[in-house]
Amino acid sequence: MDYQNILTTCTYCGCGCNFFLEVLDGELTGTIPCKTSPVNEGKLCIKGWNVHEFVQSDKRLKRPMIRKNGNLEEVSWDEALDYTAARLKTVKAEKGSDAVGFFASAKVTCEENYLMQKFARAAVGTNSVDHCARL
Amino acid sequence: MIEIVRQKAGELLNQGKIKGFIAPSRENGHVAPRLFTRVEELSTLNLGDSSSEGDARYPLDKILITLHRKYPDDCFGILVRGCDQRGLYTLYRLNQLNPDRVIEVGIACSPGLAKACECLKPFPDDAVAGDPVAPEGQKAVEMVEDMDMAGRFEFWMDQFSKCVKCYGCRDICPMCFCNECSLECKDLVSKGDLPVDIPVFHLVRAMHMADRCIDCGLCEEACPSDIPLRTLYKKTGRIMDEEFGFTSGINKHEKSPLSIMGPAPDKKGP
Ligand code: SF4
Ligand code: SF4
Ligand code: SF4
Repeated sequence: MDYQNILTTCTYCGCGCNFFLEVLDGELTGTIPCKTSPVNEGKLCIKGWNVHEFVQSDKRLKRPMIRKNGNLEEVSWDEALDYTAARLKTVKAEKGSDAVGFFASAKVTCEENYLMQKFARAAVGTNSVDHCARL
Repeated sequence: MIEIVRQKAGELLNQGKIKGFIAPSRENGHVAPRLFTRVEELSTLNLGDSSSEGDARYPLDKILITLHRKYPDDCFGILVRGCDQRGLYTLYRLNQLNPDRVIEVGIACSPGLAKACECLKPFPDDAVAGDPVAPEGQKAVEMVEDMDMAGRFEFWMDQFSKCVKCYGCRDICPMCFCNECSLECKDLVSKGDLPVDIPVFHLVRAMHMADRCIDCGLCEEACPSDIPLRTLYKKTGRIMDEEFGFTSGINKHEKSPLSIMGPAPDKKGP
């Protein structure tokens, strides 16, 4: 029997709420907001409360997918990246930089978001950068 | 007080009477609920106090449910204040825990905490530490009762309108263990929509808590919108007492009048 509460930080948004993930014999069984965290003082939003569910969800995407003939198919990272790079180049060449837009994410670090907007502005040449929370 | 608890938990572990002891623990600068399985670990034991008494209490009873569901034959020790023990009594009554598999180690709360909680039973039966103090008056409930009906309605609708539908009040509650929750029934509460259905969401929860809520106050502490949920459930509890002379978890073997088929039982209350 191995029951633990692991202190961690929510990945959903930039607030950085702290909670404990309850782990019983290697399986996540619950989320408990950390009361001594100065960020969230024992409170969470509905997304934070359900972190333990998405981590183990069957619906979770674990590999990149490309839609082929109308169906999503799992592919390797190499194939996904090659495909994306080629499409970005083609769209930019045929329709111009502003035909491409970028969605940043709340689930990655500041540095990763910085890199993405840099790529959008410097490499692709567009300032169409928005955030997933607006979807 | 903490030394007595540590010693008691250590004895239970040493004698092999329990598989583990559930209590808060101070680690990494935080207070977290923990299952202590070895005596050496007990040095980090904490009573749910961070900067003041009882400010870092966690739903220990709920953790016990999780463990009991997977390991029904094992016996666990658990730190209880008055409210936690009321919770255990309620969970025994509702067949969620087996009293033969639980050893309670009780501490009485200080007069200050009892007052802050407006607690009806600020001590467990058979406390091993702390001096039991008398029950406190219910000022928060009386303040709302003193309003006229229109004022009361306005007060609660204002409060409920702050709700962000996080379900935190339900998720933290040690008395919420149902597999299917009415708050997720789409005929009562819409799914994926804000604002939340007011006042249905809050009143459904209040009604379901009527014979269960043990007034631990964890829901109110978890509410990001500072809705006085505890006052609301104290009120439903008070109605149960006035109508049926029943208060959840006060007496170990008392059945809930809401689970009895037939005419209402005679009043036993004051
Ligand atoms: S509700 Fe009562 S028993 Fe629980 S912490 Fe408050 S004073 Fe103590
Ligand atoms: S006070 Fe709140 S968290 Fe505690 S038992 Fe009652 S409803 Fe549940
Ligand atoms: S904890 Fe507060 S904000 Fe969250 S669902 Fe409950 S009442 Fe609403």
